[in-house]
Amino acid sequence: MNTHKDLTTAPVVASGDTNVISHRWIAVCMGTGCTSAASAEVRQALIDEITARGLEHQVEVRRTGCFGFCAKGPIVVMHPDGTFYTHVEATDAKEIVEEHILAGRKVERLMYHDPVSNIPIEKWHDIGFYSKQQRILLRNCGLIDPENVHHYIARDGYRALRKVLTEMSPEQVIEEVVRSGLRGRGGGGFPTGVKWKLARQTPQWPKYVICNADEGDPGAFMDRSLLEGDPHSVIEGMIIAAYAIGARYGYIYCRAEYPLAIRRLQIALEQARQLGLLGEHILGSDFSFDLYIKEGAGAFVCGEETALMASIQGERGQPWPRPPYPVVSGLWGQPSNVNNVKSYAYVPSIILQGAEWFQSIGTPGNPGTAVFALTGMVNNTGLIEVPMGITLREIIYEIGGGIPNGRKFKAVQTGGPLGGCLPEAYLDTPVDFDSLCAAGAVMGSGGMIVADETTCMVEFAKYFMKFACDESCGKCPPCRIGSMRMLETLECITAGMGTLEDLDYLRYLANGMQKGSLCALGQLAPAPVMSALRHFEDEFRAHIEERRCPAGKCRALITYEIVADLCTGCMVCARNCPSNAIKGEKRQPHVIDSELCERCGLCIEVCKFNAITVR
Amino acid sequence: MTASDGNGGAPAVDLSLMEPVFEKYAGQPGALIPILQKAQDIYNYLPPEVLQLIAERLGIALSKVYGVATFYAQFYLERRGRHVLRLCDGTACHVKGTPALLAAIKDEYGIRPGETTPDGELTLEVVYCIGSCALAPATVLDGRVMGHMRPTQLLQRVKRQIGSPLCSEEKNLEERTRRSR
Repeated sequence: MNTHKDLTTAPVVASGDTNVISHRWIAVCMGTGCTSAASAEVRQALIDEITARGLEHQVEVRRTGCFGFCAKGPIVVMHPDGTFYTHVEATDAKEIVEEHILAGRKVERLMYHDPVSNIPIEKWHDIGFYSKQQRILLRNCGLIDPENVHHYIARDGYRALRKVLTEMSPEQVIEEVVRSGLRGRGGGGFPTGVKWKLARQTPQWPKYVICNADEGDPGAFMDRSLLEGDPHSVIEGMIIAAYAIGARYGYIYCRAEYPLAIRRLQIALEQARQLGLLGEHILGSDFSFDLYIKEGAGAFVCGEETALMASIQGERGQPWPRPPYPVVSGLWGQPSNVNNVKSYAYVPSIILQGAEWFQSIGTPGNPGTAVFALTGMVNNTGLIEVPMGITLREIIYEIGGGIPNGRKFKAVQTGGPLGGCLPEAYLDTPVDFDSLCAAGAVMGSGGMIVADETTCMVEFAKYFMKFACDESCGKCPPCRIGSMRMLETLECITAGMGTLEDLDYLRYLANGMQKGSLCALGQLAPAPVMSALRHFEDEFRAHIEERRCPAGKCRALITYEIVADLCTGCMVCARNCPSNAIKGEKRQPHVIDSELCERCGLCIEVCKFNAITVR
Repeated sequence: MTASDGNGGAPAVDLSLMEPVFEKYAGQPGALIPILQKAQDIYNYLPPEVLQLIAERLGIALSKVYGVATFYAQFYLERRGRHVLRLCDGTACHVKGTPALLAAIKDEYGIRPGETTPDGELTLEVVYCIGSCALAPATVLDGRVMGHMRPTQLLQRVKRQIGSPLCSEEKNLEERTRRSR
């Protein structure tokens, strides 16, 4: 295929694959979550069952990207009727084929059951988890085969690129993105169109387009799911960006911890090159552009744009001071436009459906949708896409299905280790860049972690500081020394050796880091501690003044005890205790020797009578 | 398996395996990191001789190669155990029980993150988020993801894996090495 005209007619014919909108097919989720839960075996079993009955030309078994509802994986969706099966195992394949496909009877056992009424729900959009979602970025995830470019093309893929190359000047493209109000989805929220304009205005050549896919926040997997489920949408967005700013080459910097995403990107790039969508004279135009993948090597700081470029150059991933900004002097000293995976992936939709359409979603000043990885102590964990402006309460209780085991909500952390936590009083805060910032948290790249009453907020804050301390690149002293001193102070508090002056010391250190650090890592690393201190100071004080951990988590401040009335003397705990701290005769109540006890919690896990308490 | 393959004696490093790698990246700017990644795919860690060779062939100081190799978490300068257990301590896994898993491994095998058992059987690593938060707490044993782990279950799995003859990571490694050639 060489010209834009071919794009409309060639794909379906060329692939011999008419199944995209066709008759009967089965979608099997092959995202990371479902693959870990053995969805590849499920897919193979379905193929075997279908082949054994000679149905292979009538029913397609398709590998798709992430459906988002990872807690219920492996997920299988039957098309065209849209029946949604959860927790499918390879042994269920026979029943699905015999009952659903041959007999036309749905397998109720495998459907999602409403957690309250226990009524089976047949279609995915009737499930609470999906009811409030609006899928723009994830529109293709779960529908198309990410390793088949023709599936993407059949869903309007590369139409935006064709429109841009034939009908629009680079300035018009930038104008459209500026008018859409799209803000960078890496966390900063800088207007994407404005960044492109600056990159275009810088006269030096060559220019680079870079995709930041170094998604390092613990508890976040939005970019990964998008790259694994719909890689071409990111590639198309990058080609359009390159056309707009006048770049010849581009890089996708992806974490090495994401092997599946890298493999799918490689396949996608290869397919795009074969179809003339990358390389010399794209779609017969005068515009040439090519893209390369750079694998990260395991450094969180490389998610910072200047450190990322240092890493592409083969150096230690340490940030450099800004200004000059990358749009003026970036990779190899040349103008470089760095955007997040999601920012690029919005672009094709904006070009095709217009800036006004994008503005109509979300709230004024924060248009569009937000993608979150909803995890932690919440019933429905997974990947969600919601319009900006939805409240935290709607996300946690209506989409997330509330807190498991009847426990109480305590806090929600947005923005990962560089974000902040918000307590119950803030649950009605709208989710957008400005409102979250005003409340003392940040939007971040999209991790959202729910903590329940069993989470110790001091320990939670210490965890994030430990992460920042480990990942600090060491270049600037405020971050290198400040994070270590903050961590040591927090360790003192959780070990029961803290003083009230330590709280002021934490604030003093945080102030120095926020003002003096070179990059966002050091500037934002104190934020989780500061927000925990603001909203949960009583917990810090309990650790210091009463030497008590209210949540029962900090090992130095708790003791394990056996409730004599509940203990049956079954000896299971004594046999499992790694430090032999549990003594007692058979059928007699046991006792824990707190001198020997390591407080590992194994005994609580194995006790069938709930006879062990933490004090 | 010969005696020198164990943890005791250091086997000789076959430097010729690096030639195709140098050939592939010849003249490319910024190739140091991909070359180190390929080298680690081949040797499973980065032996000093290999770092020296890379510095010579790329015409850069050994200190720079060493600086980059020690900066990134992915690179290992020491030989690792036959089996590698990675515990995810991302936020979701942390609140759902990774600390208890760490304690269980430490109690049973006496190793902390980054350490290998004296018999060279098991290396324990802690990683921040493998992106499988819905499976929290997630663990990776020899390249295989195991979700929703509890301490007793994890110890059983590790024991069983140590008893098995060839771990899957070794197989993966052989395959990767073949591909990279």
